[in-house]
Amino acid sequence: MMSEKELALQSVAYRQKILKYIVNAAAGHTGGSLSCIDILNVLYNTILNVGPGNFNSPDRDRYVQSKGHTVEALYVVLASKGFFPEADLETLCRYQSHYIGHPTRKVKGVEHNTGALGHGLSLSVGTALAGKMDHRAYRVFTLLGDGELPEGSNWEAALSAAHYRLDNLCAILDKNSLQITGATSDVMNSDPVDKKLEAFGWEVRHVDGHDFGELKRVLGSTPFVKGKPSFVIAHTVKGKGVSFMENQRNWHHGVPDAQQYAAALEELSDAGESLLTHF
Amino acid sequence: METTIERLTTPSKANLEIFSETLCQLAAHDKDILVVTSDSRGSGKLVPFGNAFPDQIVEVGIAEQNLVGVAAGLASTGKRVFAVSPACFLTARALEQIKNDVAYSDNPVKLIGISAGVSYGALGSTHHSLHDFAVLRAINNLIVAAPADAFETAEAIRLAAATDHPVYLRFGKKAMPALPRTDQPFEFGKGRVLREGADLTLIATGETVALSLLSADVLARTYQLETSVISMHTIKPLDYELLQKAAASGAPLLTVEEHSVFGGLGEACAAYLLEHNYHNPFKIIGIPDEYTVTGSQTEILGHYGISADGIAQTALQLLKRSST
Repeated sequence: MMSEKELALQSVAYRQKILKYIVNAAAGHTGGSLSCIDILNVLYNTILNVGPGNFNSPDRDRYVQSKGHTVEALYVVLASKGFFPEADLETLCRYQSHYIGHPTRKVKGVEHNTGALGHGLSLSVGTALAGKMDHRAYRVFTLLGDGELPEGSNWEAALSAAHYRLDNLCAILDKNSLQITGATSDVMNSDPVDKKLEAFGWEVRHVDGHDFGELKRVLGSTPFVKGKPSFVIAHTVKGKGVSFMENQRNWHHGVPDAQQYAAALEELSDAGESLLTHF
Repeated sequence: METTIERLTTPSKANLEIFSETLCQLAAHDKDILVVTSDSRGSGKLVPFGNAFPDQIVEVGIAEQNLVGVAAGLASTGKRVFAVSPACFLTARALEQIKNDVAYSDNPVKLIGISAGVSYGALGSTHHSLHDFAVLRAINNLIVAAPADAFETAEAIRLAAATDHPVYLRFGKKAMPALPRTDQPFEFGKGRVLREGADLTLIATGETVALSLLSADVLARTYQLETSVISMHTIKPLDYELLQKAAASGAPLLTVEEHSVFGGLGEACAAYLLEHNYHNPFKIIGIPDEYTVTGSQTEILGHYGISADGIAQTALQLLKRSST
């Protein structure tokens, strides 16, 4: 299993790749991909029992990305796990490419086609329910964005997950507190999310969504309570890792120009150096 | 292939009951057959199924979006899932889940729209589904069908259970007569000719097939007109070959459906005929684009000319118009 230092270095590399392919495609969801990448890193490299070798096994763990727009984060992680050659991502969003701007099963490693918000949790409930019916040990993890919480279907799904006592289901909220229009609390406040989910029958934990140790510990200890679905509120920073993108809503789907890209890569490269010398 | 009014006016069972019985037969041999309902097991005639197979029915409460999303999640693991809900809610409220989680994702969910069309009668427009063919036809990777009687229903359910792709089936709740048996098998995308006649053709779907057969009797007995009647159970993919055959003689064609005249069977046929240079006299019989009149299903359909006599009168007008 990867150490925290290895995970941190891996995240630097992932962030560089996210930017590389967004710049190459001249499109992408930069801020959100950078906010959720540490979560995906920990999931795929320390938690999930899934890889190219067992992707067709009915017993594999499942990851469903409900906030489908941050697909660049998912693609670079799947490529690093060997689901497909990373060079495929050169075709991201290009004419006739399978690598479109939201997760699609045409890309190996993707469990569900997502992108319209508010769908991932219901899909995950169905997948988790099937696991219970068939007495399979797999777990289902799904990543939600805080901007998508007002979609009513989430709350329909939240009810059913608790009703069916789906303790093989863990929903992770990438709470970066910004969406395309502005602060999530201004656009449509969903706080207190923890109390709402607790009232719906979920067991809730808070984590720093960029703290590898905490992510490993919390995501690795599901179910938090037997018979209850788990909800992890990951407090994250939109645009994390590139100082001029952090907490700036205009980086929601902003694409860096050549100068910004060079500056971002340099900052990330410095961060990697610093990890090697000081971690 | 002679039809008799007496035979057609003796109802047997609602297509929905046949659906439930067939599902019970399938579930007895396949534990992966699942039903997902939104507080709709009663209206879906699924109480016997629920009693016989309590581990194969999933209740999601009145939450149609979650119904379809959960069904898609279940289907993604290999379950053979029938998502059952009133057609009005299933195909409007959960349309995005149908489009993305079922059709686009190719999760083999069988969407069962119950009490479709104006089955709910005086409960009013909120409960009518006169839009479902129109919206679902425009979604890629979805079979859209409305079986007419017990035979077509049972066959449709068996085929739907066996296919690895999404299907939408629409059922009314009225007891339906058994239609004339022919040696034509039931296949999605292949219409069935239930009566043959050279003067005109009625192309109907779902519960309006029985009315069209009765209308053919009226036209024969009172007006000495010989009418072909086609059960075009599958709206998509449409049976273009059969449509072409029906159009070849140049005789008038009328389509009949318990659906808006916009976007359903009629317009699907019209588009094909126009694009292929058929100029038969042509009329779409359906529910017009207006606030639907209040009444029972039979009263509403009758009000808009969807009855044995109403269809016959429209056919006569079309014949008269085309001969002058």
